[in-house]
Amino acid sequence: MFLKEYIRNIAGGLKSLVTGMRMTGYYFTHHKEIITQQYPDNRDTLELPERFKGEVVMPHNEHNEHRCTGCTACELACPNGTIKVITKFDVTPEGKKKKAIDKLVYHLELCTMCNLCVEACPSDAIKMAQTFEHSVFDRNQLTKVLNNPGSKIMEGVE
Amino acid sequence: MYQTTDILVNETANDPMGQMVINVGPQHPATHGVLHLVITLNGETIQKVEPHLGYIHRSIEKMCESLTYRQFIYVTSRMDYLSSHINNHACALCVEKGLQVEVPERAQVIRVLMDELTRIASHELWWGAMAMDLGAFTPFFHAFRERETINDIMEETCGARLTMNYMVPGGVMHDIHPNFQKRVKDFLQLYKQKIHEYDELVTGNIIFQNRMKGVGYISPEDAISYGCSGPVARGSGVSCDVRKHFPYEIYDKLQFDEVLETAGDSFARYLVRVKEMHQSVRIVEQLIDNIPEGDFQAKTKAVLKLPKGEFYQRVETARGELGVYIVSEGGTTPYRIKFRSPGFSNLSILDHMTRGSKIGDLVAAMGTLDLVIPDIDR
Repeated sequence: MFLKEYIRNIAGGLKSLVTGMRMTGYYFTHHKEIITQQYPDNRDTLELPERFKGEVVMPHNEHNEHRCTGCTACELACPNGTIKVITKFDVTPEGKKKKAIDKLVYHLELCTMCNLCVEACPSDAIKMAQTFEHSVFDRNQLTKVLNNPGSKIMEGVE
Repeated sequence: MYQTTDILVNETANDPMGQMVINVGPQHPATHGVLHLVITLNGETIQKVEPHLGYIHRSIEKMCESLTYRQFIYVTSRMDYLSSHINNHACALCVEKGLQVEVPERAQVIRVLMDELTRIASHELWWGAMAMDLGAFTPFFHAFRERETINDIMEETCGARLTMNYMVPGGVMHDIHPNFQKRVKDFLQLYKQKIHEYDELVTGNIIFQNRMKGVGYISPEDAISYGCSGPVARGSGVSCDVRKHFPYEIYDKLQFDEVLETAGDSFARYLVRVKEMHQSVRIVEQLIDNIPEGDFQAKTKAVLKLPKGEFYQRVETARGELGVYIVSEGGTTPYRIKFRSPGFSNLSILDHMTRGSKIGDLVAAMGTLDLVIPDIDR
């Protein structure tokens, strides 16, 4: 009785081993089913989906104009204090003072890519970019100013 | 604190010279994170297991008190990072309960679809990690192949692979991607092609069966008294699926079974999780062609204010019952938030279930608890 059980255990173990090795053999001979991506080598062909949340950017048009009004909605929506809006007052040709952004400071090192600032923006001034290779040698480089130097607000954006 | 005298394993149990204290962790591959177990051994027999927490404490509950009702949801993705959608879902549901917002049906269906896909992904990672704990490395890659497909679906629709922040109060953040339905169907096809490998490689393997059967027994009474939930309790035959007993969203209209096993050992918990994947696939199949048209987000105010009072919502994550308890004083930020996380209660039974067993069985018993340390140690 004991011997019977012993032999059955050995037979069961061998069967399990063969089943497992059969699958190993299958993938050993079927190279096309391997889906590993060779990441740094395929950088040129790598495509990320358009909704991928990599970092916050402010798109500018060809006249160096953005859509940001300086309303600080993104600053209020951000849970981490990632965005700081520094505003100034422009004088319009009619002699009125108008609020505009001086700098929109973005701390990439604090950002968790939660997308709440993009959702909160009433004038679609900021969006998420698909870049993801953010590592730098100096952490000061992670503090970015999103608006280009000398940029203005686009006509018709209030 | 602990009475070692009540488990007289042999004569040297009371002899301090015969005892040995071993630290497993905080950096140990079998604890899947920074969990620190202080194990008192007598020879190879475990006398006491004492989990030490606090290595990854980020005081998420306290952080949430300083954030508004829109902002705090993203933090909860960092608790149980393998079912982050479901964590966000629980918080969004709790805020909606306070705001009395009706969520559009399209948003509800999308939420349930995402929840179930997350559950499959979470169980797949657990399946691979469990096999790796027991010494097999190949299943890990097999599990990740299918999980990767789900991650790609999430990346396309939600914009991130792990910490999505997709569920917002009132619905979901974006509409689903145009490719979403096609890619989910592709995933279902792949899953059905490959699922037999799971059973061949691990479930039917005699080494795995011998290592898991009879290990880490939890009786139904213990499972209830220690507050276990999810697959850990269902492996002992305790019916506790929140989706069945306290249905939220559209779960009461769906056809799926609550998986129950009565053996109570590690193998039973293993079977519950594998069968739960099939049930989740069943739910996804029912919904993927029937996403109703309409809004994906209800109209809510720009600044959310919950009325004064207390709100509680529970959901079923991949690990068990997650409860979100919000106390509001009527302002824009919660006065107090408490999360009842499934991992903490499931970990608490580890000492009870491994006492008297051998140290080699500890990993086989702990692996089936499916511990995610940031969920235990918020």
